[in-house]
Amino acid sequence: MAKKLRQIAIYGKGGIGKSTTTQNTVAGLASLGNQVMIVGCDPKADSTRLILHAKAQATVMDLVRERGTVEDLELEDVLKSGYGDVRCVESGGPEPGVGCAGRGVITAINFLEEEGAYTEDLDFVFYDVLGDVVCGGFAMPIRENKAEEIYIVCSGEMMAMYAANNIAKGILKYASSGKVRLAGLICNSRNTDREKDLIEALAKKLGTQMIHFVPRDNQVQRAELRRMTVIEYSPEHKQAEEYRTLAQKIAENKMLVVPTPLEMEELEELLMEFGIMEAEDESIVGKAENAA
Amino acid sequence: MANNLGLAVKPVTTTPPEEVERVAAWINTEEYKELNFKREALVVMPPHACQPLGAELVAHAFEGSLPFVHGSQGCASYYRSTLNRHFREPAPAVSDSMTEDGAVFGGQNNLHEGLENAIALYKPKMVPIFTSCMPEIIGDDLSAFIKNARGKGLVPDDVPTPYANTPSFNGSHIHGYDAMLVSILQTLTDGKKLDGRCTGKVNLIPGFDANTGNFREYKRIFAEFGVPCTILGDISDVFDSPLDGTYRIYPGGTPLADAGDSINGKATINLGPYSATKTFAWVKDNYAGKHQALPMPLGVARTDALLLAISELTGKPVPESLKAERGRVVDAMTDAHQYMHGRKFALYGDPDQLIGTVAFLLEMGAVPYHILCSKGSKKVAKEIQELLDSSLFGKEGKVYMGKDLWHLRSLLMTDPVDALIGDTHGKFIARDARIPLFRFGFPVMDRVNLHRSPIIGYQGAINMVTAICNTFIDIVDQTCEDRFFEMMR
Repeated sequence: MAKKLRQIAIYGKGGIGKSTTTQNTVAGLASLGNQVMIVGCDPKADSTRLILHAKAQATVMDLVRERGTVEDLELEDVLKSGYGDVRCVESGGPEPGVGCAGRGVITAINFLEEEGAYTEDLDFVFYDVLGDVVCGGFAMPIRENKAEEIYIVCSGEMMAMYAANNIAKGILKYASSGKVRLAGLICNSRNTDREKDLIEALAKKLGTQMIHFVPRDNQVQRAELRRMTVIEYSPEHKQAEEYRTLAQKIAENKMLVVPTPLEMEELEELLMEFGIMEAEDESIVGKAENAA
Repeated sequence: MANNLGLAVKPVTTTPPEEVERVAAWINTEEYKELNFKREALVVMPPHACQPLGAELVAHAFEGSLPFVHGSQGCASYYRSTLNRHFREPAPAVSDSMTEDGAVFGGQNNLHEGLENAIALYKPKMVPIFTSCMPEIIGDDLSAFIKNARGKGLVPDDVPTPYANTPSFNGSHIHGYDAMLVSILQTLTDGKKLDGRCTGKVNLIPGFDANTGNFREYKRIFAEFGVPCTILGDISDVFDSPLDGTYRIYPGGTPLADAGDSINGKATINLGPYSATKTFAWVKDNYAGKHQALPMPLGVARTDALLLAISELTGKPVPESLKAERGRVVDAMTDAHQYMHGRKFALYGDPDQLIGTVAFLLEMGAVPYHILCSKGSKKVAKEIQELLDSSLFGKEGKVYMGKDLWHLRSLLMTDPVDALIGDTHGKFIARDARIPLFRFGFPVMDRVNLHRSPIIGYQGAINMVTAICNTFIDIVDQTCEDRFFEMMR
């Protein structure tokens, strides 16, 4: 019997550490003997550098631009193997401010499908998606027959939690018409107060779990300076163990839910409960510092 | 079941024939009509086209002008083939053929290469550029792309490139017509306004009109007056060019010099209040001379208004020849009135022509009964209602805005009329209702030469009366019992 391919999309606020977390987790899965592919879905194209030890991989859309048409592209031009035989593709996209980056994601993923990048030996495909799901193109990874599991990377900071809740709203919309489910929150710690409890509480309210709390450790940055994952750079380090644990939890995860996103007031109450936000004083709203 | 080769054929549907019959009867009922008018999620046969189609029509209407579609090739083929089918003439236009990579990276390269090729190959005097949906969705900056093309020397200085954003998902062909026309005029008249200069000509803006006969009729009317006229823009020779063995890529159109100088005109008349709205607003602010807005001249009264306006604006009396023509159309209408009087009509189309047709029917004592516009507005509805209220024959008329031909079908089946006026798309519902369809609209793809037969002016009124009444008489001759089959009608 053929293995069941699991496709996983990683979302989260911009700058939260999606790409770093994804690559370290993927390296963890690979070190545990899994066949994995990463599909970077961000025009910035920085989803595979730690696996490939490369500055920037030639993206699908780079080559389309060079050759004028997607028809002249071969899979081996864009599919590169790195650490642990992890296969890497970057969709790429246009320069900021022109064209349509979302369409670039659609073009790239369609190309991968047509050219047979989704081979039977794969255990996992990870989509590392741009922070904000700004249009339909960036929801391409969670369309029918694509990723059915979504992990949201977040931290105990207010905006990261707002973003997580917003993404949950998006998932709800797709979940009602398809198989996509929220599989958990990954807390990428920023060392804020009571961070673990807070994210656990948020996860509970969203109807999901905090699948793992990844502590902050500068070993990640040290590895990044060499364009490596911690798993590869220092497999014995405790941070590598954290990522392997996360990888293991994802591999074993059975908790796939239709999320129950919070209303804005509910979310603010939660933040107040944990002291992240203070109760609003309506009498000062909209008043400038110097106002009488 | 077997086909004519004796091979087994699986039936397409397992619906039993009784059920098919039941539904076929049910969709003609009042009950179905009510459900149909509650429909929100679906549009069936909307009788309007998209913006770039209108833009292309007016882009053809100038001398040496090559319409240029910034966008997909298939879209460009649709506009062209619709014009081909209506006029049975070539519609030479180009597209920059945006594909998948254009959608991702933006279409600047396509536009630049396209302009270079089109200008080298087809040597146009002007290249009006307009858009299909794709570049509009991705937000292509047409203005910057064109500036860059000029910066790179891809377009000769003496080839103007007016441009219009014409997203298909907004408005309809009449809005694209308007957007392209105002851009062409802005471009061609740029720097041409001269203090104290007057061309002595009257500018005529006909609005969206795909009847070449109408354009020839306008020109004839001005010639009868002895008043020189510039039509902005003139499709008559473009889409009605002589077949003499020589192919001309640009067979006519308003001369570019005349269009440029039109800003110094003696007066400007707009006959497209709904299809040249922005154009006329801009003209009023920028053109010299007097400005006069009039309805499309369908029927006698509206033609009178045009002739009186020409006379007032130029100080020339209405010529005797046109006065005599007016007498003849009144005679023609009187001779035929008994065949149209009290007859009920359903009609649909673009606002300008729709309103004019209602006015014409009322003049004939016919009853405009179901009046439908798929892209109308409250203003259009109000204008039609006022027109209906002004006549004894308008009391029964009802106006439907934002409805489609499937709604109209329900109306035809539950509350029948004697005839339908519209374009070719109405033939299916006319057939279901077993009534004649008079093809005065756009496009007409299933009858020949109708675009050569004017419907505006006195001559146009005679043409409409003749077509309608003789068809009604034909029907009587074809369907009456032998004892009522008369030599005279």
